[in-house]
Amino acid sequence: MGAATAILPPQRSARDSSSTWRLSDRVGLAFCWLLGGLFCAIAAAIVIFMLVQGIKYVRPELLVTRPAVGFNETETGGFLDPMLGTLIVAVMSMAIALPLGVATAVWVTEYGRPFALARTVESTVEMIAGTPSIVLALFGALIFRHPALGFLSRTSGHVVFGRSFFAASAMLSLVALPMVVSATREGLQAIPAHVREASYAVGKTKWATIRRILLPTARPSVVTGTMLGIGRVIGDTAIIVVLLGATLNFNGAGDTPLLGTLKGTGSTLTSYVYSNSPAGEGNQPTKAYAAAFVLLVIVLALNACVDIVARRGRANTWT
Amino acid sequence: MDPVSPDEPPRWSDRRAELMLGALVAALVAVGSVDNQICDIFLSGELGGKYVYTFHAWPLVWSTILVTGGAILISVFCSLFVAVFVVEFAPAWMQGTLRPVIRLLASVPSVVYGLIGVLVIVPYIGNHLIDEQAKSSVAYTISLTGYSLLAAVLILTVMIAPVMISIFVEGLRAVPRGWLEGSLALGVNRWRTFWKIAVRSARPALVAGTVLATARALGEAVMLAMVSGSVGFAPNPADGLIFFVEPSRPLGATIIKNVEELSSPPMKSTLYAIAAVLLVSAAFLSLAGWAAKQPMKKYAAVAG
Repeated sequence: MGAATAILPPQRSARDSSSTWRLSDRVGLAFCWLLGGLFCAIAAAIVIFMLVQGIKYVRPELLVTRPAVGFNETETGGFLDPMLGTLIVAVMSMAIALPLGVATAVWVTEYGRPFALARTVESTVEMIAGTPSIVLALFGALIFRHPALGFLSRTSGHVVFGRSFFAASAMLSLVALPMVVSATREGLQAIPAHVREASYAVGKTKWATIRRILLPTARPSVVTGTMLGIGRVIGDTAIIVVLLGATLNFNGAGDTPLLGTLKGTGSTLTSYVYSNSPAGEGNQPTKAYAAAFVLLVIVLALNACVDIVARRGRANTWT
Repeated sequence: MDPVSPDEPPRWSDRRAELMLGALVAALVAVGSVDNQICDIFLSGELGGKYVYTFHAWPLVWSTILVTGGAILISVFCSLFVAVFVVEFAPAWMQGTLRPVIRLLASVPSVVYGLIGVLVIVPYIGNHLIDEQAKSSVAYTISLTGYSLLAAVLILTVMIAPVMISIFVEGLRAVPRGWLEGSLALGVNRWRTFWKIAVRSARPALVAGTVLATARALGEAVMLAMVSGSVGFAPNPADGLIFFVEPSRPLGATIIKNVEELSSPPMKSTLYAIAAVLLVSAAFLSLAGWAAKQPMKKYAAVAG
């Protein structure tokens, strides 16, 4: 690298060279600066605005009290249940999407035979990534209302309600799946072929190579994909509104404690924000701001984790 | 009327006139009342009897086209400039600022955008951008409260531009440095070089980014349900400036708003029909994007 950089001419900055440009080109560059500054300003405005609202309206007791029915904002409780709901949904949907996504990515990159099937799997994953989440939500409503899947949600007689943590998590896992698959694939493809060959040369089987060498090496990518997937899952609203239902509190079905909750309806932070916004039934802007602030903090923290993992992954790459 | 004897059929021109005028009246009535139709569909399922399926979805489709198209137009333009800036012209500190900014804008949940829209931007438009005269001039058809096309398009643009920018940047980065240096060596300045060589050879990536962002915009339901006004009204470009502040309701938002009515069989079919329209448009979009990329790949730096 040292020799290559030595013969390159010194880099000129954009400002030095642009003085000789035509006016139209300089106007274009000014426009670039304007738009870049505009995006920074929008991001700063959103963060600062939400921070101010968060400091104004988030109270510690909001985090530990459950939503309640009331006439004004002092009576309607906090958002403990929505926060737990977000946690449950994130854990359950990643429990489905992570094994499925990693397995798919490993098969497509390492085996990929028959070729036609691998291509089909790839385009299917792309297709899922391009499907609007509201369509996935309605699709889920169709599936989980089927009488055969009645054990996953509340039933009365022959009517299956089809709204439960199971239903919502299953559909949300489809939202996270493409992120996990593409990140894992990129991680596996970045491993040079000689690593695999070295492993085969010392007599390891293909499967042992994948398990002992390739997957541990690609772990930062898998973690990145998982975090991005979680970010998408906890930020999704359409699937939650359609498949988890309109109740703000956990409304369990059946007597078994944990299973009953998972079979019942509930809410997450996103659906709490939606139903407390002027568009929903609750219309308590201060609660909506507080919950949105908590949601934003979680999402940004996840993003920061992605950055840290990516940086650590870059530190020990194969060369 | 001509003295036509009752046993012989009316003359062709009469029948045609009747059909034409009837269709016109039906279209006029239908355009104004998609909300009533949805209500009728729902009630016919709940009350029993014959199911009603009359549904003229034109205002919803028109609203989807306007909101998605407007946001895509603005954000293609902005994203291209920002991507070029990030890749080539921004100094290092600006690059270092813009990258996390784009990441942040891409990761903010849509419901947070919707909340900011409905509590900040919509009241601002309603109180400051629309004057009383404009409000009273259309008071008999719709109320202009700030829930508007303008708010929807602006927020949607901010939501989908980061998706576009990150794909555009990847495409522009992949252009071989030698191609640019060849152009620079011929005496073309950096600005022209970058637009003529890099942007042109990254066209497959530009198409891919636009298609992906359009799919996101088409499927966006919750944010649009919050800011677009939720009225089955078709904004009319002939209204002049008022057009931009007229409320409407796109297809995705219609599903979200009526999802509690899935129990009524005809309503269920209607909502699934809307979802099918969205799904098929998204699929056709990616197909069209694929087809558009084929001739460009010849001179492409990357097969985006």
